[in-house]
Amino acid sequence: MDFGLSQDQKMLRDAVARCLSDTCPLDHVRECAEGEASYSDKVQSALSELGITGMMVPEQHDGLGMTLLDAAVVAEQLAYAVAPVPFLASHVLAPIALAQAGNEQQQAEWLPKIVSGEARIAVAIAETIEARDGAGVTNNGGKLDGTALFALEFADAGAFLVADATGRLHLVPADAEGLKKVPLTTIDRTRSVGELRFAQVAAEPLADDGGATAARLRDAGRVILAADSIGAGQAMIEKAVDYAGQREQFGRIIGSFQAVKHMCAEMAARHEPCRSLVWYAAHAFDAAPDEASLAACHAKSHTGEVHRFVARTATEVHGGMGFTDLLGLHYWFKRIGFDRQILGGPEAVRAEAATLQGWIHAA
Amino acid sequence: MDLECGPEYDAFREEVRQFLKSHGDRAPAGKDRAARPSTEAVEWQKLLIEHGYTARTIPKEYGGYGAEPDILKSRIIAEEFSRAGIPGGLANQGISMLVPTLLELGTEKQKRQWVEPTLKGEVVWCQGYSEPGAGSDLASLKTSAQADKRDFVINGQKIWTSTAKEADMIFCLVRTEADAPKHDGISYLIFSMDTPGIEVRPLKTMTGHAEFNETFFTDVRVPMDQIVGQRGQGWFVANATLGHERGMLGDPDALENRFHALVKLMQEERIGQGRAIDNAVLRDRLAALQAEVAAMKYNGMRILSDNLKGDPGGMAKLIVKLQSCELAHQISALAIDAMGEIGILYHGSAREREGGAWQWNYMFQLGLIIGGGTAQIQKNIIAERGLDMPREPKLAKPASAERKKGAA
Repeated sequence: MDFGLSQDQKMLRDAVARCLSDTCPLDHVRECAEGEASYSDKVQSALSELGITGMMVPEQHDGLGMTLLDAAVVAEQLAYAVAPVPFLASHVLAPIALAQAGNEQQQAEWLPKIVSGEARIAVAIAETIEARDGAGVTNNGGKLDGTALFALEFADAGAFLVADATGRLHLVPADAEGLKKVPLTTIDRTRSVGELRFAQVAAEPLADDGGATAARLRDAGRVILAADSIGAGQAMIEKAVDYAGQREQFGRIIGSFQAVKHMCAEMAARHEPCRSLVWYAAHAFDAAPDEASLAACHAKSHTGEVHRFVARTATEVHGGMGFTDLLGLHYWFKRIGFDRQILGGPEAVRAEAATLQGWIHAA
Repeated sequence: MDLECGPEYDAFREEVRQFLKSHGDRAPAGKDRAARPSTEAVEWQKLLIEHGYTARTIPKEYGGYGAEPDILKSRIIAEEFSRAGIPGGLANQGISMLVPTLLELGTEKQKRQWVEPTLKGEVVWCQGYSEPGAGSDLASLKTSAQADKRDFVINGQKIWTSTAKEADMIFCLVRTEADAPKHDGISYLIFSMDTPGIEVRPLKTMTGHAEFNETFFTDVRVPMDQIVGQRGQGWFVANATLGHERGMLGDPDALENRFHALVKLMQEERIGQGRAIDNAVLRDRLAALQAEVAAMKYNGMRILSDNLKGDPGGMAKLIVKLQSCELAHQISALAIDAMGEIGILYHGSAREREGGAWQWNYMFQLGLIIGGGTAQIQKNIIAERGLDMPREPKLAKPASAERKKGAA
């Protein structure tokens, strides 16, 4: 028995960490976040060289055929560096969807492009969790109508994977006739989301499996977002401890004040068990399908709660400096905020967890 | 990530299950909270030792089962007993703290005299560590033991001595070297609670029960050879035992069992026509606690894996006491809230649920947050050992004294 990361996973973690520390310093993140093109080509191509872009693509389509736990390891490092690169939708969810429910032609067309980084596929499944502002997409004889909000990795996507009202996924090329794309601007400038408006848009459906693939994507997405929060939270805790170890007031290092020290201890105490929770959820996705959805709900909701606390507390430890743009701490703060809301906030996800266990009687 | 234990361990698990199936009916009913184990509990303990389900790694010559240490097997035993709802071996302070200390640091004579009867539940111990003036700062303890001919003569007071009323023996920290620096003046003595000059007064707590005692020593004479380790080394002897206490307060199986009891309660308690669990707010809190219980369970599996690899464990281990005690308290808090007004019933009231156990737990678990290293001390440990943050500088006087001096 070995609960935790394998040697290979630790090597993967370290390789990604090194790659990001070389290519993705905070100044570069800032450049991207403040500039027009939000994604970093430089970081993306470095990750591509490591095989990250194709890690979840099956081997017969030139990918590495790795597991969700491997992807979670990468997600944690991406967030640690607040890397402005696509990952969740294009390199985790889209390959899972295409491998599970795509036909041969769809797989052959898109999977190698995902590996090479030539094309990205945004994923729009928010309405399978909760519809806001009356959004929702209907499928009328192969033509899509309606609105999908919060398409993930929206900018410059070559195609969109969109869930209809039945949970069935459809592949829509970015230049499809009748498709209108409206970018949405969020707190987190290291990631990109947008809105899709459909008016009789011809789409290629994936297999009609009663929403099973969309459910897999929710599970995987939640695990990756939770892993992302852990990486961002780790960075914030380290920065808070580091700052508290240097800053002096009243003739003392502020980290020697228990008021400050205990804030750091509380962050660490709540943060550390999240790691095991997320590892288990990723493992369940890979190897224990019966437990996967519930484990993903727990991972998403709990890391969301814990890291809201970590994000605000780490900022407070930095005092006034934490509040400035100068320090850039807010990039991690916002990344955590994004992770918490996307694919279901804690309350929505916990309601789902309750339903999964039969805690709610059907009315 | 490999959650399979392998065929040897699967077979061992099956063996434990078979044992529980065929012998489980001989286990003492319910959790035996009495300090002095019942005849039934003593018989059960004997059977468990014979099969190696308790005292597993203690050498045969001292009354144990004599198996090689195997963390995974110990874990399997704990899991299977917990799953079956059958009490495992006795878990009193004599067994969990004194026995490991004697095995590590006791003389051959001490081991032969005390280990076996303690394991069998024949000798009950209490722990004399904390004092009214020495809680978090335990090393400042003042109970004195003055050498007089071949005896130590002990004077002072201990507090939080659970089971002192029933105990036959005490393991006790006393100050033998009055002039030594505080950590170097302490010795670890073991002596009979029947020794003249010992007075035990029950200490009633907020739960309404006296789970603890205060123990007073007036000219208590203890032969000098009843020391464990060397004179002045008691602090280090005691710390060896504190290491063994680890895990007692952070048992993930216990958290899971409490959580399942909470789900059951919320499915059974009625609010009007519905059940407590039908209330969306209560249900949301329940799901939140479930995620936390899961996090601590997997954190525990991670620590176990680290131990198997001989890895000390780091942060995952440092946070267990703080997080588990708080979580246990929160589980009881939700149970009380789910009961609404029923939740305040206690002391055997009409309509009280489960003998007032949730209220008792809610209060007692607050005691556990404070005891065994307060939450604040735990946070210091996490910050200083886990995050490498600086220690609090020592102040000679309280700030108020400094202010007065300044004003004068």
